[in-house]
Amino acid sequence: MDILDLKEVGVRGVNSVLHDLELSRNKSYRIDNPMGQHAIACGLDAQMQVQIEGHVGFYCGGMNQQAEIMIKGHAGVGVAENMMSGMVHVSGNASESAGATAHGGLLVIEGDASSRCGISMKGVDIVVGGSVGHMSAFMAQSGNLVICGDAGDALGDSIYEAILYVRGEVASLGADCIEKEMRAEHMLKLKEILEISSLKADPTEFRRYGSARTLYNFDIDNADAY
Amino acid sequence: MCGIVGLYLKNAELQSQLGSMFKPMLVEMSSRGPDSAGVAIYRNPVESSQIKFSLAHSNPGFLWETLGTNLSASLNCEVSTSTVASHCILITDAAETEVISWLQTNYPEVRIVGSGKSIEIFKEVGPPEMVYEQFDLEKASGTHMIGHTRMATESAVTTAGSHPFATGADLCLVHNGSLSNHNLLRVKLEHEGITFQTENDTEVAAAYMTWKIRSGATLRQALEDGINELDGFYTFCIGTQDGFAVVRDPIACKHAVMAETDDWVAMATEFRAIAHLPGSDQAKIWEPEPSTIYIWGEQ
Repeated sequence: MDILDLKEVGVRGVNSVLHDLELSRNKSYRIDNPMGQHAIACGLDAQMQVQIEGHVGFYCGGMNQQAEIMIKGHAGVGVAENMMSGMVHVSGNASESAGATAHGGLLVIEGDASSRCGISMKGVDIVVGGSVGHMSAFMAQSGNLVICGDAGDALGDSIYEAILYVRGEVASLGADCIEKEMRAEHMLKLKEILEISSLKADPTEFRRYGSARTLYNFDIDNADAY
Repeated sequence: MCGIVGLYLKNAELQSQLGSMFKPMLVEMSSRGPDSAGVAIYRNPVESSQIKFSLAHSNPGFLWETLGTNLSASLNCEVSTSTVASHCILITDAAETEVISWLQTNYPEVRIVGSGKSIEIFKEVGPPEMVYEQFDLEKASGTHMIGHTRMATESAVTTAGSHPFATGADLCLVHNGSLSNHNLLRVKLEHEGITFQTENDTEVAAAYMTWKIRSGATLRQALEDGINELDGFYTFCIGTQDGFAVVRDPIACKHAVMAETDDWVAMATEFRAIAHLPGSDQAKIWEPEPSTIYIWGEQ
């Protein structure tokens, strides 16, 4: 495993090593002293393992493709935003907009995620060991958001076809988000995601939420609301 | 933009290191606010019969000792002054309101940047590191500090518009965001006898909290009422003589992160400001929730 000391080489120094795909492909890296800096291990585009020893700032692992990124600490705003594939794992809590707009891959947050977790998610699977804040899965289009704790206000507001699984309490559901029946195929999918995430939770304790699909088309009866 | 930072020491043994612990926090937020910076430090509380003013003058050669002598003669009171760059810490046993009206009459160009028993406020135009160094804060001891780095986007780069804002009673406030009902609230507070030095929205928030506390509210009650009455976007970090608080508006879209160890509590716009503190790698770190009051010290 190669060791990169961010305090010595800076964010650009770290990222330029990881972006040199001819050398970094299929290798393992350890990043020391992340010091809460932004955009660490962003835009990776090959299979590699990156372990970050501490707390990171904004957009860590953003736009990730294929790489496995382990953050041992807290993740700032927009962790794994717009991830395409691969995995980002946070051992601590995460700030707002975790996994925003992500198209694929797996984001695991062992602690709590803050507000707007999975906002506009487009195919990513997100597993949160703790709770999520308000407006999570806002306009979520595709993918699965698994919340082992509670969800804050307005969960799934204006949701499209993403599927939300919540084990704890939901403070309130957003517009057009409803509870749905947990069928066998959902139980199977949830079990599979939980297993890959390595977070321990019993799939039978979760409830499923998704779109009522009443906002898809303009309804003349709603005209007064505008 | 703008960056805000706050540090409250839980372990009294660290008080002699407050200034050196706080410096890298403020400097790290320079990229969010390179125009000007301000800090409030709580230290050296005065006697119960005394009051401490933080004053500022745009002329660096201004003779604060003369102002002190004149104040002493006019109000027949004890006055001590100590000059710190463009600022002065003035301690007197005269009544606060009399001193304020005397200053407004005789020295209208002097800005009262803070007052109370232990608060001292310093703010100046320039890069945060330079501002911090010119007020000799690196070796400062104290209990808690609050700071602001400013990127002026809608008004001039002046010290008057810089945070922290204080309107008396040891309370000060730094703000990331913007308030939308500050004009209405300013008029209401002016009816309550509060005077304002700027058109700034943050000064209204500080004045609101001061007014509440002077009316007998605890810091927590003042903040609870603030959530109901202040409209807009805000992450506030607030200091009082014994207290330290953080509160965000119900939407909570202005960045904030908090960290706590057995020794200290810190808040910042971005975690990288906190990363410099000893023990930050083992701290409990979280994003403060909307409409939730986080408070240490005073309840």
